[in-house]
Amino acid sequence: MTFDRKIEDAGLTRGVSRLTPQRIEDTLRQVLEGETGAKLKLYAETCMRCGMCSEACHYYMSHDGDPSYSPAGKVHQTMGEILRKDCKVTPEFVYQMAQIAYTECNLCRRCVHYCPLGIDTGYIMSTVRRMCHKLGVTPQYIQDTAHSHAATMNQMWLKDDEWMDTLQWQEDEARDEMPNLRIPLDKEGAEIYYSVIAPEPKFRTQLIYQAAFIMNEAGVDFTMPTSPGWDNSDMCMFSGDFEMMGRLKKIHFESALDLKVKKIVMGECGHAFRSIYDQGNRWDGWDMYPIEVVHSVEFFWELFEAGKIKLREKFHEPITIHDPCNIIRGRGLMEQSRKLAHALCDNVVEMHPNLEHNYCCAAGGGVINCGPPFKNVRMKGNRIKAEQLKATGVKTILAPCHNCHGGLEDLVHYYELGMDIKFFGDLIYDLMEKPEVE
Amino acid sequence: MNSIYAFVVGPLAWIAWGVFIFGSLYKVVSMYQLAKAKDGSSLHYMSFKYGMRSILHWLNPVGTLGWQSNPYTALVTFVFHLCLVIVPLFLMGHVVLWDQFFGITWPTLPDTIADIMSIVFVACCVYFGLRRFLQRDVRFLTTGKDWIALAIPALTFLFGVLAYHQIGNDKVMLVLHILCGEIMLISIPFSRLSHMLFGFFTRAYMGSEFGGVRHSKDW
Amino acid sequence: MPNASTWDWNPGRREVQDVSSWSSKFEWVEEFQASSDGEKVGAVVKTGDMEFTACVNGKVWDERYERVFYLKFSPDSRLTGIIQQDGEWCLSVDGQHWPETYGYIWDTTFGSNGSIVCAVQQDGEYGMGVDGVLWENLFANANNFATSGDGKKTAAVVQIAPLAQADIETFQKGIYTVAVNGEAWDNVFMNCYTPVFDAKSEKVACQIRRTLYDYTIAVDGKIWQREFQCVWDPCFNPVSGAVAAPVRLGGKWGMAQDGEVIWPAEFAQCWHQQYSADGSKLWAIVAPKLGTFTVAKDGNPWNISAPVVIDLSVSPDGNRASALGKTGYVYTIMCDGKVWDDSYAMAWKAVFSPDSTKVAAKVEKNGRFTVVLDGKPYGQDFDQCWEPIFSPCSTKVLIRAIDGGKFVRIVADVSDF
Repeated sequence: MTFDRKIEDAGLTRGVSRLTPQRIEDTLRQVLEGETGAKLKLYAETCMRCGMCSEACHYYMSHDGDPSYSPAGKVHQTMGEILRKDCKVTPEFVYQMAQIAYTECNLCRRCVHYCPLGIDTGYIMSTVRRMCHKLGVTPQYIQDTAHSHAATMNQMWLKDDEWMDTLQWQEDEARDEMPNLRIPLDKEGAEIYYSVIAPEPKFRTQLIYQAAFIMNEAGVDFTMPTSPGWDNSDMCMFSGDFEMMGRLKKIHFESALDLKVKKIVMGECGHAFRSIYDQGNRWDGWDMYPIEVVHSVEFFWELFEAGKIKLREKFHEPITIHDPCNIIRGRGLMEQSRKLAHALCDNVVEMHPNLEHNYCCAAGGGVINCGPPFKNVRMKGNRIKAEQLKATGVKTILAPCHNCHGGLEDLVHYYELGMDIKFFGDLIYDLMEKPEVE
Repeated sequence: MNSIYAFVVGPLAWIAWGVFIFGSLYKVVSMYQLAKAKDGSSLHYMSFKYGMRSILHWLNPVGTLGWQSNPYTALVTFVFHLCLVIVPLFLMGHVVLWDQFFGITWPTLPDTIADIMSIVFVACCVYFGLRRFLQRDVRFLTTGKDWIALAIPALTFLFGVLAYHQIGNDKVMLVLHILCGEIMLISIPFSRLSHMLFGFFTRAYMGSEFGGVRHSKDW
Repeated sequence: MPNASTWDWNPGRREVQDVSSWSSKFEWVEEFQASSDGEKVGAVVKTGDMEFTACVNGKVWDERYERVFYLKFSPDSRLTGIIQQDGEWCLSVDGQHWPETYGYIWDTTFGSNGSIVCAVQQDGEYGMGVDGVLWENLFANANNFATSGDGKKTAAVVQIAPLAQADIETFQKGIYTVAVNGEAWDNVFMNCYTPVFDAKSEKVACQIRRTLYDYTIAVDGKIWQREFQCVWDPCFNPVSGAVAAPVRLGGKWGMAQDGEVIWPAEFAQCWHQQYSADGSKLWAIVAPKLGTFTVAKDGNPWNISAPVVIDLSVSPDGNRASALGKTGYVYTIMCDGKVWDDSYAMAWKAVFSPDSTKVAAKVEKNGRFTVVLDGKPYGQDFDQCWEPIFSPCSTKVLIRAIDGGKFVRIVADVSDF
């Protein structure tokens, strides 16, 4: 088996340089014996190597059927090899398995729809990442993000004051447009705790502005916390640092529980949603989130249904809608996202395949967080998505997930699709009735 | 040859069935124990409703994205498994053995139908074999274990067909048929064929996670 | 704990302030805060265009600010708020602000000696300040702020070296430690979390992440001999000075004390441990299995459980405990291994009487608030109320509430419930 697509990454190189055969074997064995059980054994044993999952994967489809990109093919080259070699693998192999697991699988689980036996390739690749984390072989940029999580409890190295300062700055900005606007901080007993991911205060402050505007206009009783815990994002879930994942979810949920709110509403993020209903909560011992978390797509639709948001006009241009894996395949929000899209837009053009069967953005699962060295992996590995977008013939994409946004933006530029990408929040803010400002 | 025949239908059959039954029980129980010890958080989400929902969808050969995207393989897979289950259970020659040894009996398939199904089964195996050999992504995944998993049932049926049609030495073919069948029984708990024991569980688990937690379909 | 013995404990209801009238005086009134003794009610109010101040019992502070937030009463009923003026930040105490201004200040806490402690950023450097006096050394970053019980000492996790963008090497060598009163420990670690002072305000313990994979506890910078897969917040035994912390071993949670495992690691979760005041008992919230939480005393869980358990409170004598159970949207109050009959839309951490015989909690039902005592609700509910406080003799309960637009303090006899 040759691996001819090695990409230089400082984190992977550094990690591999410190490995010894013994450390590799001990670590892999410790993860296999200590952290996996019947699930992995059964997947390894009952996978019939039928190849039916190949077409599920955007990487496989975009690489003209290169078998090393099929879901089972990637398992075969990573976990499969570890099991066949009884954990006796080389440092060079570890580099390769890290590259495959971190950058050539988005953990989007599209392959679930193809496997008759219900084998969860996402789980297997996640376990491979866990092994890589334990070996210290992680791509530099996602590792740096994991460090940020560990040091600040947010993924963008935001210091405690910078968070509050940004909220207050956005509150000031928004008051030019809506003088009575408030972003209530630490309001105990509020109905809703609004949580975001750290790129919002860092780069996309307009999302906080818009959310505050919509909340105020709709008369929602909400609050945002002053202390760490406000960031619901979780790259540690993807880097394989599950201990830190548990710590992040603990502080996130406890900050909401301490404020005695009824529920958390989160911004338009996908992976953070996965972390709160599927992975992070379980590590902490909660079988579901300990306090309800409502995704913006659901929340906005509730506001619409209740007549709390009124539109000045609808979006007239044709628009297509992307289904992010973590809120659609992961949490079944397709109905709400369609209702909301049709409430906002005159002409929604579906892309195909869609809903649960939609193709991934290739940014999720921490892949975009592996940074510039792997950008082309995402671009070349998702030609199928570009073709799917192009086939809609429209100029605007709705994508209710930050990672999808980033991934689709890059694809649109790379394949020169000339398309605009919007969040639901962008559209609602643009189209809603606003109070007159003197 | 007669003593070999007596051995394969006598002691070896007992051994094969014993290994199959007790081996399967052992595998299922030990997997469950392991799951309880190590995958508690997965067992926790098992749901009969969503497990069945998933199984039933996947029992429909056009009911899932996977089957729809691979129509020929889907067709062959369903035919293969139907033959694999129906022929051995309802073949006159097999039911006679049950009657002979245990005095129990049930309706049987007409021999011609069973014969056609067996030939179809062998043809299915050829399809799988060619696919393994010719289709790039499948070849990439194929290991010795996969050839063994295919060869065992394929040879069992092939020798059965040859014996029935008395091609070659029919006694030898019969003994080989029985021998392969017994190897199949023995290997079920300990090879890829264990998906017979576990396939419904892994399917049901995925269905439970997708139905109960992810509010989404897994087909 | 405020000195409640000096408060007015005469039974009955007293209207302290007609807060409904405030809305006509100001452009808007933010969330009400009540002093512990129930004698004062305050809120941030908007007095004009980009002009804010605080209003206490109907009187506004003299000065107007660009912003006032984090309004909090000290235990001795002084009202503090973080204020912004000309883009600089300061703390105001009863309308008098500290002489210095800062790049940012936040996280106001109070010492039992009356001191007021804040986290501070000045010129891009971070530390803490007591009554406006900053640490001598400030750091590239600081968080996880802690104040000693006597209010004389402060501690925080600090970053002692710069970190370039995406420099994973330096991070993993360790650039964090704990600074006490601005003095950093000699040892550096990959991460430190939740420093906490002992009862005498002498020692500091915190969680340590020594490598990406190894966690332990440090006391005054010295780490335990043993490492774990993970740990949670440590706490000191108030009498013996021993340190207990939840620890993860083999994927399960137990409790360690001074590095020795004292509760075997067999829980799916174990956290928020708390010693009794006499140090003889250790309580914690535990999950015997995934999705099933309860309270354990000395490692023995109660027989009742809920999918979520929060807000553990232990009685002063250490023999009783209460916590909140949450099932879906419904909160219940668990006490002494039993669940009270009623359920609530929200419940607050229960409060034990000084003699440990009674327990009371603030609860919400149908959008109205009241206090329940030993499972029995007070005869009246309110638009808003605060958490109850027992009199030092344990026979009365102070209820602070807003009722029909009036801020009232009610001294109820425990027999009134």
